[in-house]
Amino acid sequence: MKPPCYEYVAPDTLAGALRVRAECEDSVVLAGGQSLVPTLNFRLANPDTVIDLRRVAELATVDTRDGMIRVGAMTRQRTLERNEAAFARNPLIRETMEYIAHPVIRSRGTIGGSVAHADPASELPCLLVLLDGELTARSSRGERTIPAADFFEFVFTTALEPEELLVEVAFPVLEPGEGWAFREFARRHGDFAVAGAGATLLLDDAGRIARARLAACGVATTPVRLRAAEEALRGAEPGTEAFRAAGELARDAVTTVDDTAASADYRRHLLSGLVNDVLTRAAARARGPR
Amino acid sequence: MSTRQFGARVQRNEDARLITGRGRFVDDLPLDGVLHGAFARSAVARGRITHLDTTAARALPGVHRVYTHADLGELDVTMPLLIPHPCIGHPRTQYPLAHEDVYHVGQAIAFVVADDRYIAEDAARLIEIDYDILPVEVDPAKAALDGAPLVHEDVPNNIAAHLVQVSGDPDAAFAAADHVTRIQVRVDRSTAAPMECLSTAARWDAVSGELTVWDGTQAPIGLRGALSSLFDLDEDKVRVVAPDVGGGFGPKIVFPYSNEILVPFAAKDLRRPVKWVEDRSENFVHMTHERTQIHDIELAATSDGVVLGLRDTFLHDTGSFIPYGIAVAQVASTQIAGPYRIPAIHVTFDCVYTPTVPVTPYRGCGRPQANFAIERAMDQLAAELGIDRFEIRRRNFIAPDEFPYTRPDLVFADGLPVTLDSGRYDDALAALEKALDLDAIRAEQEQARAEGRLLGLGLSFYVEGTGLGPYEGAKIRLHPITGKAYVNTGLTAQGQGHETAWAQIVADQIGVRPEDVIVVEGDTGVFDWGVATFASRAAVVSGNAVHVAAVSARARIAQAAANMLEADPDDIELENGRAFVRGTSSRGVTLAEVATMSNPLRYAFNKAAQTATQFAPTARSTGKPLPDGERPGIEVSEYYSPPHATWAYGVHAALVEVDPVTCDIDVKRYVCVHDCGNMINPMIVEGQVAGGVAQGMGGAFYEKLEYDENGVLRNASFMDFLVPYATEVPHIEMIHMETPSPLNPLGIKGVGEAGTIPVGQVIASAVEDALSPLGAPPVRQVPLSPSAIHDLLREARVSA
Ligand SMILES: Cc1cc2nc3c(=O)[nH]c(=O)nc-3n(C[C@H](O)[C@H](O)[C@H](O)COP(=O)(O)OP(=O)(O)OC[C@H]3O[C@@H](n4cnc5c(N)ncnc54)[C@H](O)[C@@H]3O)c2cc1C
Repeated sequence: MKPPCYEYVAPDTLAGALRVRAECEDSVVLAGGQSLVPTLNFRLANPDTVIDLRRVAELATVDTRDGMIRVGAMTRQRTLERNEAAFARNPLIRETMEYIAHPVIRSRGTIGGSVAHADPASELPCLLVLLDGELTARSSRGERTIPAADFFEFVFTTALEPEELLVEVAFPVLEPGEGWAFREFARRHGDFAVAGAGATLLLDDAGRIARARLAACGVATTPVRLRAAEEALRGAEPGTEAFRAAGELARDAVTTVDDTAASADYRRHLLSGLVNDVLTRAAARARGPR
Repeated sequence: MSTRQFGARVQRNEDARLITGRGRFVDDLPLDGVLHGAFARSAVARGRITHLDTTAARALPGVHRVYTHADLGELDVTMPLLIPHPCIGHPRTQYPLAHEDVYHVGQAIAFVVADDRYIAEDAARLIEIDYDILPVEVDPAKAALDGAPLVHEDVPNNIAAHLVQVSGDPDAAFAAADHVTRIQVRVDRSTAAPMECLSTAARWDAVSGELTVWDGTQAPIGLRGALSSLFDLDEDKVRVVAPDVGGGFGPKIVFPYSNEILVPFAAKDLRRPVKWVEDRSENFVHMTHERTQIHDIELAATSDGVVLGLRDTFLHDTGSFIPYGIAVAQVASTQIAGPYRIPAIHVTFDCVYTPTVPVTPYRGCGRPQANFAIERAMDQLAAELGIDRFEIRRRNFIAPDEFPYTRPDLVFADGLPVTLDSGRYDDALAALEKALDLDAIRAEQEQARAEGRLLGLGLSFYVEGTGLGPYEGAKIRLHPITGKAYVNTGLTAQGQGHETAWAQIVADQIGVRPEDVIVVEGDTGVFDWGVATFASRAAVVSGNAVHVAAVSARARIAQAAANMLEADPDDIELENGRAFVRGTSSRGVTLAEVATMSNPLRYAFNKAAQTATQFAPTARSTGKPLPDGERPGIEVSEYYSPPHATWAYGVHAALVEVDPVTCDIDVKRYVCVHDCGNMINPMIVEGQVAGGVAQGMGGAFYEKLEYDENGVLRNASFMDFLVPYATEVPHIEMIHMETPSPLNPLGIKGVGEAGTIPVGQVIASAVEDALSPLGAPPVRQVPLSPSAIHDLLREARVSA
């Protein structure tokens, strides 16, 4: 479990990092190293060059203006989790991030690293898909913004081009009065989720569901929006019946086959229960004063 | 006498070193000019190598040598079958490096030695290996059927060994029974996952012709014997040292592994120290596994639930080879009747080859499987007869006055018939019931069920034959300068606390503080009589050897002090590092002085030594300085050999809630009553039991090695093989009972494996109880998992 031989560079600036990225045929970016280092040690990756971003201070920022929480890719997960301004605007972020690994890993792991890594069981990609977040990528040729819905393509595969870096991750804030919840199940404390579900719930003046958003992780090759359940909830009376029905509709989102962590059948059962649960809790929060 | 140390909660001598990172493991050894090894391993389960080319690997800069089997000369022989047994009809062991045939994913094929491990791994990947892939069957039940693919071409039905044991008259018992219960149960494969994987370093001294091997082993003396034989060296020319070892749990009792041959071989060949430390990926496919057994067990009972007879037929998966003989299956077969009287037993097993990592004992060694079989059957019998689960056990216990209780013709791992020496099983169960507060629990359960919550209670009673012979020894030497006592045994510790337990035993005899007793083990250069650390035997066998030696050291000290103080040896007391005449503690000498004076000297190399030289006033004026028959200094070696195994036991229970959404379990209470005879140090005992329960939780709910249909391990990493964290291990309420073993002077029984044995059954019976109101089917297999519980719930729903 020793990594293969590679060149190591640690540029001080984003421009410097982009230059190396453009020059090197086969480079990988090292952020917090919590996923990349094991990948190298298992020799699942065999890059020529490793570009360490830890010195690029301009990527370690959190900015909470204009209805978006804009997070620099190198912001440590723990930093965002503890950011009070972000919490005030979108408390779902903290609730979700508490499920990521263990505090020691969140202290090293970065927002950008988690998103770029695109593990289908990861919480942050799921959250971005749920909230319709945005990703900003940059290369030496320019910058582009990619909606979360288009960013996650497959297991460990994103819309990033080889010469691009992920520079910013933007989480929309919640609407006033919008309810929210996230829950997952992992076999051991801190493990990647067997399945997880997040929900937001906005009620209209009559107390019916104006907008429900639902997403799940751990059940497919990417995080998924549970559109069928969302549709069914629109205009419905929030409550056990609607939420249980939504849970049932969520089952079909499970496309992973049996693996050593869980049978597909069990995952469907689990997801439906989790959806029911997050909707119930989101509804309780939606009604509550904010 | 000062406060007795035996039985006290003495802080462990080794902890300061181990928990502040000052432990010294093989990988920490600073060997000058050391080279590093890496293995190329089989990527296929059963295959024939058609092409093996090491050219590119050898050409890589920094590579010193690449060895294949053809380079090994005299060492290219199959490894020893460590415990032969007449029932092993088709014994097979492996070569250090594979020949044409490979038998499991992970089998060593080539060994690279390079400047560092990085280069060694790079080179190992450059070795070209092509295989003809042969068909495989990894399920032992299917592997034993006619027509199944064979692991070894000449072993019909893949049956390595077959043993039938009959005790009493089972046919008569079954004929006389009112009721027969029959179930099939299965326990799956796991691995010990020690924190330190396997490790070997070696240095060949060309000047002295000595080979030194540092190895993370449980058996340095055994390994020394194997290496001397293989390398054709005198035993005195081979020194095996087990430094600090990061957990053993059984697999490190097996020797020699490929690394234990290749590393010394390369060191000798290249005239450079060589080191190899197994990484976690290798550990999963190389270090031995244990557990898969399928039992068909039948109980013949009266309508009152008294069990008259037992029949058990089981398959034991031994993996691709059988290096440790039938130990696991034999231990399972002899513990199958548990704490119950059951006077008639018929037990049969087949050890089945499968193209997987070889199977040898792992903490519990067949007992978790046997316990699962008998206790699942007892639960089933209780249910069928409408008798309470606690009550049915009580009706079958061997009573205290029935000991020693022999099961004729059932032969245990020491070659002797099973003879349970002592126990108070009924009291243990009563203590458990009291601790649980059964009435309250039943009320709570009823309440929970009314709310639709799934709350269940499970229990398991186990016995464990511990402290196997043949013998162990101990040497004690009093140091003349510091007055500290040095203790050596032939064992080695992997975290169990020998440095403290032995110190307590010695401290009591010679009147010093436990921290002034220095224990050095695991080094054949220091003490090389004895066997090894395994089978919950260290405290029983070595502990008593240390005791016998300490008694003898005490006598020598008393005699020497009596000479110095001109008193009767019987009047000498030892306390606080001094010897004095009883009642006159001011008239005394230090143990350092005793040690000095008992060694007649010529040279006064320090101040204290002056007193022992020939012209000192204290010197003996007449006669020989060292009288005939006497030895210099205070140094003794003594040995202890147990008559047969001594039987520890215990009963565990858990209150478990099943979450119907996640299908996860929440262990609300875990209560454990156990009896390992007299405890040397209750704190160490508690650590052993708690660690055992933690490992048992792994086997009950988390840890399952899954081979796919091609014989590839699907979860060979800590991401996918789930060792429970502290967060998954329940708080354990522990109740100690101490029924002294009548077999040894200290009254000790072993406790190393105890905690692990009953947990699978405890969790299975609790989950079964929790799901029973829904009509779920019984639990017949561990480890359970959320998916397995989901299946049970679904079946309940379907049948409802
Ligand atoms: C024991 C353990 C448990 C874990 N459990 C969880 C969990 O429950 N949930 C979870 O989500 N994660 C979990 N993780 C992963 C952890 O959250 C990682 O921190 C995260 O996946 C990667 O972040 P990182 O900063 O460490 O990235 P790295 O490991 O440094 O990089 C990950 C990948 O992203 C790429 N990358 C990183 N930054 C950029 C960038 N700016 N632009 C382009 N590509 C980039 C890298 O090249 C690499 O391919 C766990 C990790 C461990 C070790």
